[in-house]
Amino acid sequence: MLSKRIIPCLDVRDGRVVKGVRFRDHIDMGDIVELALRYRDEGADELVFYDITASPQGRSVDRDWVDRVAQVLDIPFCVAGGIRSVEEARGVLHAGADKISINTPALERPALIGELAAAFGNQCVVVGIDSQRDPDGQWRVRTHSGDPDAMRAPGMCTLDWVVQAQQHGAGEIVLNCMGNDGVRRGYDVEQLRAVRAVCDVPLVASGGAGNLEHFADVFRDADVDGALAASVFHSGDIAIPDLKRMLSAQGFEVRHAA
Amino acid sequence: MSRVVLVDAGGANIGSVRHALQRLGVDAPLTSDAVTIRNAERVILPGVGAAGAAMHRLRELELVDTIRSLQQPLLGICVGMQILFESSDEGQTTCLGLLPGNVDKLAGNAQLRVPHMGWNRLVHRAKSPLLDGIEDGAHAYFVHGYAAAPGDHCIAESHHGVSFCALVQCNNVAGAQFHPERSAATGSRLLDNFLKWTPA
Repeated sequence: MLSKRIIPCLDVRDGRVVKGVRFRDHIDMGDIVELALRYRDEGADELVFYDITASPQGRSVDRDWVDRVAQVLDIPFCVAGGIRSVEEARGVLHAGADKISINTPALERPALIGELAAAFGNQCVVVGIDSQRDPDGQWRVRTHSGDPDAMRAPGMCTLDWVVQAQQHGAGEIVLNCMGNDGVRRGYDVEQLRAVRAVCDVPLVASGGAGNLEHFADVFRDADVDGALAASVFHSGDIAIPDLKRMLSAQGFEVRHAA
Repeated sequence: MSRVVLVDAGGANIGSVRHALQRLGVDAPLTSDAVTIRNAERVILPGVGAAGAAMHRLRELELVDTIRSLQQPLLGICVGMQILFESSDEGQTTCLGLLPGNVDKLAGNAQLRVPHMGWNRLVHRAKSPLLDGIEDGAHAYFVHGYAAAPGDHCIAESHHGVSFCALVQCNNVAGAQFHPERSAATGSRLLDNFLKWTPA
Protein backbone atom coordinates (compact mmCIF):
# COMPACT_ATOMS: atom_id res chain seq x y z
CA MET A 1 0.00 0.00 0.00
CA LEU A 2 1.23 3.45 -0.91
CA SER A 3 2.49 5.45 2.09
CA LYS A 4 1.30 8.91 3.00
CA ARG A 5 4.21 11.23 2.26
CA ILE A 6 5.70 13.70 4.75
CA ILE A 7 7.47 16.47 2.86
CA PRO A 8 9.60 19.14 4.51
CA CYS A 9 9.82 22.27 2.37
CA LEU A 10 13.03 24.24 2.37
CA ASP A 11 12.72 27.82 1.18
CA VAL A 12 15.99 28.80 -0.45
CA ARG A 13 17.32 32.32 -0.76
CA ASP A 14 20.83 33.06 -2.02
CA GLY A 15 21.86 29.44 -1.47
CA ARG A 16 20.67 29.26 2.18
CA VAL A 17 17.51 27.86 3.73
CA VAL A 18 15.24 30.58 5.13
CA LYS A 19 11.77 30.70 6.65
CA GLY A 20 9.25 33.46 6.97
CA VAL A 21 5.74 33.78 8.36
CA ARG A 22 2.99 34.41 5.83
CA PHE A 23 5.69 34.78 3.18
CA ARG A 24 7.37 37.68 5.07
CA ASP A 25 10.24 38.28 7.50
CA HIS A 26 12.66 35.60 6.35
CA ILE A 27 15.21 34.28 8.83
CA ASP A 28 18.24 32.07 8.12
CA MET A 29 17.70 28.36 8.94
CA GLY A 30 21.01 26.90 7.79
CA ASP A 31 22.93 25.18 5.00
CA ILE A 32 20.91 23.41 2.30
CA VAL A 33 22.84 20.14 2.19
CA GLU A 34 23.07 19.88 5.98
CA LEU A 35 19.31 20.34 6.41
CA ALA A 36 18.50 18.00 3.50
CA LEU A 37 20.51 15.19 5.09
CA ARG A 38 19.04 15.85 8.53
CA TYR A 39 15.52 15.42 7.15
CA ARG A 40 16.54 12.32 5.17
CA ASP A 41 17.92 10.76 8.37
CA GLU A 42 14.71 11.59 10.25
CA GLY A 43 12.59 9.82 7.64
CA ALA A 44 11.35 12.57 5.33
CA ASP A 45 9.79 10.92 2.27
CA GLU A 46 10.68 13.69 -0.15
CA LEU A 47 12.00 17.25 -0.04
CA VAL A 48 10.88 20.37 -1.84
CA PHE A 49 13.37 23.19 -2.40
CA TYR A 50 11.69 26.42 -3.23
CA ASP A 51 13.83 29.27 -4.52
CA ILE A 52 11.63 32.02 -3.13
CA THR A 53 13.43 34.87 -4.84
CA ALA A 54 13.63 33.39 -8.34
CA SER A 55 10.12 34.08 -9.62
CA PRO A 56 9.67 37.66 -8.33
CA GLN A 57 13.14 38.60 -9.62
CA GLY A 58 12.35 37.07 -13.01
CA ARG A 59 15.31 34.70 -12.95
CA SER A 60 15.63 30.93 -12.87
CA VAL A 61 16.88 28.74 -10.09
CA ASP A 62 20.61 28.57 -9.42
CA ARG A 63 21.76 25.06 -10.38
CA ASP A 64 24.90 24.78 -8.24
CA TRP A 65 23.07 23.89 -5.06
CA VAL A 66 20.77 21.49 -6.94
CA ASP A 67 23.87 19.58 -7.99
CA ARG A 68 25.30 19.63 -4.46
CA VAL A 69 22.06 18.22 -3.05
CA ALA A 70 21.78 15.56 -5.78
CA GLN A 71 25.23 14.18 -5.04
CA VAL A 72 24.43 13.34 -1.43
CA LEU A 73 20.64 12.91 -1.19
CA ASP A 74 19.09 9.46 -1.75
CA ILE A 75 15.42 10.38 -1.46
CA PRO A 76 13.42 12.21 -4.14
CA PHE A 77 13.45 15.97 -4.31
CA CYS A 78 11.60 18.65 -6.19
CA VAL A 79 12.87 22.09 -7.16
CA ALA A 80 10.63 25.11 -7.55
CA GLY A 81 11.24 28.73 -8.42
CA GLY A 82 11.13 30.68 -11.63
CA ILE A 83 11.38 27.76 -14.07
CA ARG A 84 9.71 29.09 -17.23
CA SER A 85 11.02 26.97 -20.12
CA VAL A 86 11.82 23.40 -21.10
CA GLU A 87 15.50 24.31 -21.24
CA GLU A 88 15.54 25.72 -17.71
CA ALA A 89 13.70 22.64 -16.46
CA ARG A 90 16.18 20.37 -18.25
CA GLY A 91 19.05 22.11 -16.48
CA VAL A 92 17.49 21.51 -13.06
CA LEU A 93 16.57 17.88 -13.85
CA HIS A 94 20.00 17.16 -15.30
CA ALA A 95 21.55 18.61 -12.16
CA GLY A 96 19.74 15.77 -10.36
CA ALA A 97 16.28 16.95 -9.28
CA ASP A 98 13.48 14.38 -9.66
CA LYS A 99 10.69 16.85 -10.26
CA ILE A 100 10.25 20.48 -11.03
CA SER A 101 7.41 22.57 -9.67
CA ILE A 102 6.02 25.51 -11.58
CA ASN A 103 3.63 28.12 -10.26
CA THR A 104 3.59 31.68 -11.65
CA PRO A 105 5.01 30.73 -15.10
CA ALA A 106 2.30 28.06 -15.49
CA LEU A 107 -0.45 30.59 -14.87
CA GLU A 108 1.15 33.07 -17.25
CA ARG A 109 1.46 30.43 -19.97
CA PRO A 110 -0.44 27.16 -19.24
CA ALA A 111 1.01 25.47 -22.37
CA LEU A 112 4.32 25.30 -20.47
CA ILE A 113 2.86 22.43 -18.39
CA GLY A 114 2.27 20.35 -21.53
CA GLU A 115 5.67 21.18 -22.99
CA LEU A 116 7.36 19.97 -19.80
CA ALA A 117 5.19 16.83 -19.61
CA ALA A 118 5.99 15.96 -23.24
CA ALA A 119 9.72 16.46 -22.68
CA PHE A 120 10.13 14.71 -19.32
CA GLY A 121 6.92 12.80 -18.55
CA ASN A 122 4.10 14.08 -16.36
CA GLN A 123 5.60 12.43 -13.24
CA CYS A 124 8.24 15.19 -13.31
CA VAL A 125 5.81 18.06 -13.56
CA VAL A 126 4.35 19.47 -10.37
CA VAL A 127 2.05 22.47 -10.48
CA GLY A 128 2.24 24.54 -7.31
CA ILE A 129 -0.76 26.69 -6.54
CA ASP A 130 -0.93 29.54 -4.03
CA SER A 131 -4.56 30.02 -3.17
CA GLN A 132 -6.49 32.38 -0.95
CA ARG A 133 -10.18 32.87 -0.15
CA ASP A 134 -11.49 36.19 -1.43
CA PRO A 135 -14.17 38.25 0.39
CA ASP A 136 -16.83 36.77 -1.94
CA GLY A 137 -16.04 33.29 -0.61
CA GLN A 138 -14.27 32.03 -3.75
CA TRP A 139 -10.78 30.53 -3.61
CA ARG A 140 -8.55 32.23 -6.15
CA VAL A 141 -4.93 31.86 -7.10
CA ARG A 142 -2.06 34.26 -6.41
CA THR A 143 1.11 34.70 -8.41
CA HIS A 144 4.60 36.04 -7.56
CA SER A 145 3.93 35.08 -3.94
CA GLY A 146 7.64 34.84 -3.05
CA ASP A 147 7.70 38.60 -2.61
CA PRO A 148 4.71 40.28 -0.92
CA ASP A 149 5.32 43.52 -2.84
CA ALA A 150 5.24 41.72 -6.19
CA MET A 151 2.27 39.43 -5.43
CA ARG A 152 -0.67 39.56 -7.85
CA ALA A 153 -4.19 38.17 -8.03
CA PRO A 154 -4.94 37.29 -11.66
CA GLY A 155 -8.55 36.37 -10.82
CA MET A 156 -8.40 32.66 -11.71
CA CYS A 157 -10.58 30.41 -9.50
CA THR A 158 -8.45 27.77 -7.79
CA LEU A 159 -10.70 24.81 -8.66
CA ASP A 160 -10.81 25.81 -12.35
CA TRP A 161 -7.05 26.06 -12.40
CA VAL A 162 -6.62 22.62 -10.79
CA VAL A 163 -8.76 21.09 -13.56
CA GLN A 164 -6.93 22.96 -16.32
CA ALA A 165 -3.49 22.16 -14.95
CA GLN A 166 -4.30 18.43 -15.09
CA GLN A 167 -5.65 18.76 -18.63
CA HIS A 168 -2.33 20.33 -19.63
CA GLY A 169 -0.41 17.39 -18.11
CA ALA A 170 0.36 18.16 -14.46
CA GLY A 171 1.50 14.99 -12.65
CA GLU A 172 0.98 16.35 -9.17
CA ILE A 173 -0.62 19.35 -7.52
CA VAL A 174 0.76 21.12 -4.44
CA LEU A 175 -1.92 23.35 -2.97
CA ASN A 176 -0.59 26.04 -0.68
CA CYS A 177 -3.43 27.56 1.31
CA MET A 178 -2.00 31.01 1.96
CA GLY A 179 -4.48 32.00 4.65
CA ASN A 180 -3.16 29.15 6.78
CA ASP A 181 0.52 29.43 5.89
CA GLY A 182 2.87 29.82 8.82
CA VAL A 183 0.12 30.32 11.40
CA ARG A 184 0.00 26.71 12.61
CA ARG A 185 -3.77 26.35 13.03
CA GLY A 186 -3.97 23.31 10.81
CA TYR A 187 -4.29 22.69 7.08
CA ASP A 188 -7.26 24.19 5.22
CA VAL A 189 -9.17 20.91 5.10
CA GLU A 190 -12.27 22.49 3.55
CA GLN A 191 -10.35 23.88 0.59
CA LEU A 192 -8.24 20.75 0.18
CA ARG A 193 -11.36 18.55 0.13
CA ALA A 194 -12.83 20.72 -2.61
CA VAL A 195 -9.63 20.44 -4.64
CA ARG A 196 -9.36 16.69 -3.98
CA ALA A 197 -12.79 16.24 -5.54
CA VAL A 198 -11.50 17.58 -8.88
CA CYS A 199 -7.91 16.29 -8.65
CA ASP A 200 -7.12 12.83 -10.06
CA VAL A 201 -3.35 13.15 -9.75
CA PRO A 202 -1.46 13.11 -6.43
CA LEU A 203 -2.34 16.09 -4.23
CA VAL A 204 -0.02 17.55 -1.60
CA ALA A 205 -1.35 19.81 1.17
CA SER A 206 0.68 22.85 2.16
CA GLY A 207 0.24 25.61 4.72
CA GLY A 208 -0.85 25.54 8.33
CA ALA A 209 0.69 22.51 10.05
CA GLY A 210 1.14 23.26 13.76
CA ASN A 211 0.87 19.96 15.60
CA LEU A 212 0.83 16.20 14.99
CA GLU A 213 -2.94 15.98 14.84
CA HIS A 214 -3.10 18.43 11.92
CA PHE A 215 -1.36 15.86 9.73
CA ALA A 216 -3.79 13.10 10.71
CA ASP A 217 -6.71 15.51 10.07
CA VAL A 218 -5.62 16.37 6.54
CA PHE A 219 -4.87 12.76 5.55
CA ARG A 220 -8.19 11.53 6.97
CA ASP A 221 -10.51 14.40 6.01
CA ALA A 222 -9.04 15.61 2.71
CA ASP A 223 -7.51 12.32 1.47
CA VAL A 224 -4.33 14.06 0.31
CA ASP A 225 -1.33 11.98 -0.76
CA GLY A 226 1.27 14.04 1.02
CA ALA A 227 1.57 16.83 3.56
CA LEU A 228 4.17 19.53 3.23
CA ALA A 229 5.41 21.72 6.08
CA ALA A 230 8.36 23.92 6.88
CA SER A 231 8.49 25.84 10.15
CA VAL A 232 7.31 23.04 12.45
CA PHE A 233 10.11 20.84 11.14
CA HIS A 234 12.81 23.54 11.02
CA SER A 235 12.08 24.66 14.58
CA GLY A 236 12.12 21.09 15.88
CA ASP A 237 8.58 21.44 17.25
CA ILE A 238 7.62 18.32 15.30
CA ALA A 239 10.11 15.49 14.90
CA ILE A 240 9.33 13.35 11.85
CA PRO A 241 9.83 10.01 13.69
CA ASP A 242 7.25 11.08 16.32
CA LEU A 243 4.87 12.21 13.59
CA LYS A 244 5.14 8.91 11.75
CA ARG A 245 4.68 6.86 14.93
CA MET A 246 1.48 8.79 15.64
CA LEU A 247 0.19 8.37 12.07
CA SER A 248 1.02 4.68 12.14
CA ALA A 249 -0.84 4.25 15.45
CA GLN A 250 -3.88 5.90 13.85
CA GLY A 251 -3.82 3.36 11.03
CA PHE A 252 -2.14 5.38 8.28
CA GLU A 253 0.40 3.62 6.08
CA VAL A 254 3.74 5.39 6.55
CA ARG A 255 7.37 4.59 5.95
CA HIS A 256 9.72 4.57 8.94
CA ALA A 257 13.35 5.57 8.52
CA ALA A 258 15.71 2.59 8.60
CA MET B 1 37.49 -1.35 -19.32
CA SER B 2 34.76 0.05 -17.15
CA ARG B 3 33.49 -2.09 -14.33
CA VAL B 4 29.98 -0.66 -14.54
CA VAL B 5 28.41 1.41 -17.31
CA LEU B 6 25.14 3.30 -17.52
CA VAL B 7 23.39 3.06 -20.87
CA ASP B 8 22.35 6.51 -22.04
CA ALA B 9 18.87 5.77 -23.34
CA GLY B 10 17.62 9.28 -22.63
CA GLY B 11 15.66 10.30 -19.57
CA ALA B 12 16.23 13.53 -17.73
CA ASN B 13 17.56 12.41 -14.36
CA ILE B 14 20.00 9.72 -15.36
CA GLY B 15 22.56 11.62 -13.27
CA SER B 16 20.91 10.53 -10.03
CA VAL B 17 21.72 6.85 -10.72
CA ARG B 18 25.32 7.85 -11.35
CA HIS B 19 25.44 9.77 -8.05
CA ALA B 20 23.99 6.75 -6.21
CA LEU B 21 26.77 4.53 -7.60
CA GLN B 22 29.36 7.17 -6.66
CA ARG B 23 28.08 6.98 -3.09
CA LEU B 24 28.96 3.25 -3.27
CA GLY B 25 32.43 4.09 -4.54
CA VAL B 26 31.77 3.20 -8.20
CA ASP B 27 32.30 5.70 -10.99
CA ALA B 28 30.04 4.48 -13.80
CA PRO B 29 30.36 6.34 -17.09
CA LEU B 30 27.29 7.18 -19.13
CA THR B 31 27.63 5.69 -22.60
CA SER B 32 25.83 4.87 -25.80
CA ASP B 33 28.84 3.12 -27.35
CA ALA B 34 28.18 -0.57 -28.14
CA VAL B 35 31.80 -1.67 -27.59
CA THR B 36 32.03 0.04 -24.18
CA ILE B 37 28.75 -1.58 -23.16
CA ARG B 38 29.77 -5.05 -24.39
CA ASN B 39 33.09 -4.86 -22.55
CA ALA B 40 31.71 -3.69 -19.21
CA GLU B 41 31.50 -6.09 -16.28
CA ARG B 42 28.03 -4.88 -15.41
CA VAL B 43 25.46 -2.82 -17.28
CA ILE B 44 22.70 -0.61 -15.90
CA LEU B 45 19.83 0.53 -18.09
CA PRO B 46 18.14 3.46 -16.36
CA GLY B 47 15.04 5.00 -17.79
CA VAL B 48 12.67 7.83 -17.12
CA GLY B 49 9.93 8.76 -19.53
CA ALA B 50 8.09 6.42 -21.85
CA ALA B 51 8.82 2.87 -23.06
CA GLY B 52 8.35 3.89 -26.69
CA ALA B 53 10.83 6.75 -26.42
CA ALA B 54 13.40 4.54 -24.66
CA MET B 55 13.11 1.79 -27.34
CA HIS B 56 13.24 4.39 -30.10
CA ARG B 57 16.46 5.76 -28.67
CA LEU B 58 18.02 2.29 -28.35
CA ARG B 59 17.12 1.54 -31.99
CA GLU B 60 18.51 4.89 -33.11
CA LEU B 61 21.78 4.15 -31.32
CA GLU B 62 21.73 0.58 -32.77
CA LEU B 63 21.98 -0.83 -29.26
CA VAL B 64 19.03 -3.27 -29.31
CA ASP B 65 21.06 -6.34 -30.31
CA THR B 66 23.96 -5.32 -28.05
CA ILE B 67 21.72 -5.24 -24.98
CA ARG B 68 19.82 -8.38 -25.98
CA SER B 69 23.05 -10.35 -26.25
CA LEU B 70 24.72 -9.25 -22.98
CA GLN B 71 25.95 -12.14 -20.82
CA GLN B 72 27.13 -10.01 -17.88
CA PRO B 73 24.76 -8.81 -15.12
CA LEU B 74 22.23 -6.31 -16.47
CA LEU B 75 19.94 -4.15 -14.31
CA GLY B 76 17.02 -2.20 -15.77
CA ILE B 77 15.53 0.57 -13.65
CA CYS B 78 11.91 1.78 -13.94
CA VAL B 79 11.24 2.18 -17.70
CA GLY B 80 14.62 0.47 -18.14
CA MET B 81 13.07 -2.58 -16.45
CA GLN B 82 9.82 -2.35 -18.41
CA ILE B 83 11.60 -2.54 -21.76
CA LEU B 84 13.27 -5.81 -20.68
CA PHE B 85 9.87 -7.49 -21.23
CA GLU B 86 8.42 -8.53 -24.59
CA SER B 87 6.08 -5.58 -25.04
CA SER B 88 4.45 -2.62 -23.33
CA ASP B 89 0.94 -1.22 -23.56
CA GLU B 90 2.54 2.21 -23.41
CA GLY B 91 2.45 3.26 -27.05
CA GLN B 92 2.00 -0.44 -28.05
CA THR B 93 5.77 -0.82 -27.93
CA THR B 94 7.74 -3.93 -28.88
CA CYS B 95 10.47 -4.23 -26.26
CA LEU B 96 13.72 -6.17 -25.78
CA GLY B 97 12.10 -9.52 -24.96
CA LEU B 98 14.69 -10.57 -22.39
CA LEU B 99 11.87 -11.37 -19.97
CA PRO B 100 8.55 -13.03 -20.81
CA GLY B 101 5.37 -11.00 -20.56
CA ASN B 102 3.76 -7.66 -21.27
CA VAL B 103 3.79 -4.39 -19.32
CA ASP B 104 0.24 -3.20 -18.60
CA LYS B 105 -1.24 0.18 -17.76
CA LEU B 106 -2.07 0.61 -14.08
CA ALA B 107 -5.77 1.31 -13.63
CA GLY B 108 -6.60 4.27 -11.41
CA ASN B 109 -9.82 5.25 -9.67
CA ALA B 110 -11.02 7.92 -7.25
CA GLN B 111 -9.03 6.46 -4.35
CA LEU B 112 -6.14 5.12 -6.43
CA ARG B 113 -4.04 7.75 -8.11
CA VAL B 114 -2.00 6.98 -11.23
CA PRO B 115 0.91 7.52 -11.75
CA HIS B 116 1.77 5.39 -8.73
CA MET B 117 4.04 7.90 -7.04
CA GLY B 118 5.61 7.46 -3.63
CA TRP B 119 6.89 4.88 -1.17
CA ASN B 120 5.48 1.37 -1.24
CA ARG B 121 6.42 -1.98 0.27
CA LEU B 122 8.52 -4.68 -1.36
CA VAL B 123 6.98 -8.08 -0.58
CA HIS B 124 9.41 -10.92 -1.14
CA ARG B 125 8.27 -13.71 -3.49
CA ALA B 126 11.46 -15.70 -4.07
CA LYS B 127 14.96 -15.94 -2.68
CA SER B 128 17.62 -13.98 -4.54
CA PRO B 129 21.04 -12.56 -3.65
CA LEU B 130 19.63 -9.25 -4.90
CA LEU B 131 17.37 -9.20 -1.82
CA ASP B 132 20.20 -9.72 0.69
CA GLY B 133 19.78 -7.35 3.61
CA ILE B 134 16.48 -5.99 2.30
CA GLU B 135 13.68 -6.72 4.73
CA ASP B 136 10.43 -8.26 3.59
CA GLY B 137 8.10 -5.22 3.59
CA ALA B 138 10.86 -2.60 3.20
CA HIS B 139 9.78 0.61 1.47
CA ALA B 140 11.01 1.69 -1.95
CA TYR B 141 10.27 4.79 -4.03
CA PHE B 142 8.12 4.32 -7.15
CA VAL B 143 7.08 6.67 -9.96
CA HIS B 144 5.31 4.90 -12.82
CA GLY B 145 2.01 4.45 -14.64
CA TYR B 146 2.72 1.00 -16.16
CA ALA B 147 3.83 -2.28 -14.60
CA ALA B 148 4.32 -5.99 -15.33
CA ALA B 149 2.22 -8.63 -13.56
CA PRO B 150 4.20 -10.70 -11.03
CA GLY B 151 5.28 -13.63 -13.24
CA ASP B 152 7.64 -16.57 -12.73
CA HIS B 153 10.77 -14.46 -12.40
CA CYS B 154 9.34 -11.88 -9.99
CA ILE B 155 11.39 -11.90 -6.76
CA ALA B 156 9.52 -9.05 -5.00
CA GLU B 157 6.12 -7.58 -5.68
CA SER B 158 4.32 -4.44 -4.63
CA HIS B 159 0.66 -3.48 -4.55
CA HIS B 160 -1.24 -0.51 -5.98
CA GLY B 161 -4.76 -1.62 -6.77
CA VAL B 162 -3.21 -4.76 -8.24
CA SER B 163 -0.06 -6.67 -7.35
CA PHE B 164 2.75 -5.96 -9.77
CA CYS B 165 6.36 -6.97 -10.23
CA ALA B 166 8.69 -4.64 -8.27
CA LEU B 167 11.89 -6.65 -8.66
CA VAL B 168 12.59 -9.27 -11.30
CA GLN B 169 15.53 -11.61 -11.93
CA CYS B 170 16.05 -14.17 -14.69
CA ASN B 171 19.54 -15.53 -15.41
CA ASN B 172 21.83 -12.47 -15.79
CA VAL B 173 18.94 -10.06 -16.23
CA ALA B 174 17.45 -8.06 -13.34
CA GLY B 175 15.01 -5.20 -13.15
CA ALA B 176 13.67 -2.82 -10.51
CA GLN B 177 10.37 -1.04 -11.10
CA PHE B 178 11.22 1.35 -8.26
CA HIS B 179 14.06 3.86 -8.18
CA PRO B 180 16.92 2.43 -6.08
CA GLU B 181 18.78 5.72 -6.46
CA ARG B 182 15.92 7.43 -4.61
CA SER B 183 15.00 4.65 -2.16
CA ALA B 184 17.36 5.59 0.70
CA ALA B 185 19.07 2.64 2.45
CA THR B 186 16.90 0.00 0.73
CA GLY B 187 17.81 1.27 -2.72
CA SER B 188 21.46 1.61 -1.89
CA ARG B 189 21.45 -2.01 -0.68
CA LEU B 190 19.90 -3.22 -3.95
CA LEU B 191 22.55 -1.40 -6.02
CA ASP B 192 25.28 -2.79 -3.76
CA ASN B 193 23.81 -6.32 -4.14
CA PHE B 194 23.78 -5.87 -7.91
CA LEU B 195 27.43 -4.75 -7.90
CA LYS B 196 28.38 -7.94 -6.01
CA TRP B 197 25.99 -10.27 -7.85
CA THR B 198 27.28 -13.36 -9.67
CA PRO B 199 24.33 -14.89 -11.54
CA ALA B 200 24.16 -18.66 -10.98
